[in-house]
Amino acid sequence: MREVAVVSFAQAPNVRRDTEHNEVEILSPVVREAMERSGIPKADIGFTCSGSSDYLAGQPFSFVTALDAVGAWPPIRESHVEMDGAWALYEAWVRLQHGDIDSALVYAYGKSSPGDIREILSLQLDPYYLAPLWPDAVDVAALQARALLDATDFTERDFAAVAARNRSNAKSNPNSQLAGDFDADELLSSDYLVSPLRKHDCPPISDGAAVIVMAAGDLARDVCERPAWISGIDHRIEAHGLGVRDLTTSPSTTLAAEKAGMNGNIDIAELHAPFTHQELILREALGLSESVSINPSGGALAANPVMVTGLIRIGEAAQRLIDGDAKTALAHATSGPCLQQNLVCMMRAA
Amino acid sequence: MAETVETQTAGLSAPHVLEYPYTRSVGPVIGRFLGGLRDRKIEGIRTKDGRVLVPPAEYDPVTSEALSEFVEVGQAGVVKTWAWVSEPRPKHPLDRPFAWALIQLDGADTALLHAIDAGDESKMSTGMRVQVRWREETVGMITDIECFEPEAAS
Repeated sequence: MREVAVVSFAQAPNVRRDTEHNEVEILSPVVREAMERSGIPKADIGFTCSGSSDYLAGQPFSFVTALDAVGAWPPIRESHVEMDGAWALYEAWVRLQHGDIDSALVYAYGKSSPGDIREILSLQLDPYYLAPLWPDAVDVAALQARALLDATDFTERDFAAVAARNRSNAKSNPNSQLAGDFDADELLSSDYLVSPLRKHDCPPISDGAAVIVMAAGDLARDVCERPAWISGIDHRIEAHGLGVRDLTTSPSTTLAAEKAGMNGNIDIAELHAPFTHQELILREALGLSESVSINPSGGALAANPVMVTGLIRIGEAAQRLIDGDAKTALAHATSGPCLQQNLVCMMRAA
Repeated sequence: MAETVETQTAGLSAPHVLEYPYTRSVGPVIGRFLGGLRDRKIEGIRTKDGRVLVPPAEYDPVTSEALSEFVEVGQAGVVKTWAWVSEPRPKHPLDRPFAWALIQLDGADTALLHAIDAGDESKMSTGMRVQVRWREETVGMITDIECFEPEAAS
């Protein structure tokens, strides 16, 4: 495989509701920041790929409009996935393997605030068996959480502890939305949102954008002192029907990690777990030991711009390698209900 | 003062209704299942290794083999997992507190997602038995099952 690295990362501050800027306006300064940090002139970028959803924008082909943020004249080679930006990064990684280009720009954006994000996410479910009933994102996550409580020794307090730890980690992340010191027992005294999930078990609603610049081989070494080399990347999916799956495990994550060449030697892991119990499932699926620092950024429980959250996990993990704060990192992204599809990106410094 | 600030930060907004008015064909398996519901009958499909999938799929989720052997299953079953909605949202199937559940019907090996009209969260438990409540008029949609309800003591 050709050596490919993340050489720069930038993100917009995650906010509950940005009424002042449209998607292009949120994205433009983030693209500029990532390009400047990469040291690669924009005209030299070989491939551009984005992740977003028309259902959030409320407009068909909304990703075409977003190209204004990168500029598509003179013509550029460009692609889009109607998925989290982590999958746009996967496509860019594959494209860089072709060998004819040396750099790629990956971006993702999403405003969850204009519509009702819980109902919008109902529309990603099976259109015949599920969508007519309108179970929303929190409803199906709650079914998974109960299954986990029933099948394991985990308790609702363990869920609250995950929320408290992520929000505490987020205190050092200036782009996070929910940060601070919370006591797990105090969190537990709140009412259920959809039992057994409480509000703190669920992600905040966020508007945001993120950009990653990737480079191959010598170009990466030339422009970046410590590129975050991608040593393996893979994504896997589970059965379509929620009632066919064992919701208490994540075999697709385990398989993706195996195919991405994961070994036990990891300094940090950024996990895309929008719900507290999902972090517990992912830790098991990945076999992460107590010594691994999980979600130093605060993760999806501190900021959850839908379509961007997974790409941010890769960016946050890569940034720590670029900064010299870690030597090996795992980044995970998820898509679909109850961790249906999972991507694992292994990265190392040098 | 507060109003002025609110006005300045709120920006411009307008209602926007988005529709994707596509017509879809449901195919030979989902179509037969939905047609069965119209006749108040629940059919699953058998995989090569003998499991019965309810709701049915056109292809085996593990082996990807095409499936075609329909099997009628029971109209009652066991709750595998559940979630309690104390404040139903406007589009939810019931307008009073209810449970979502994955329900494994008698004779099936997989679970169907639907709502349970149990009245109160204290009536819910994993492993409890529930039965179908049919809608008065059935049209061939998953909502022909109005909901499930705790099985009547016999």
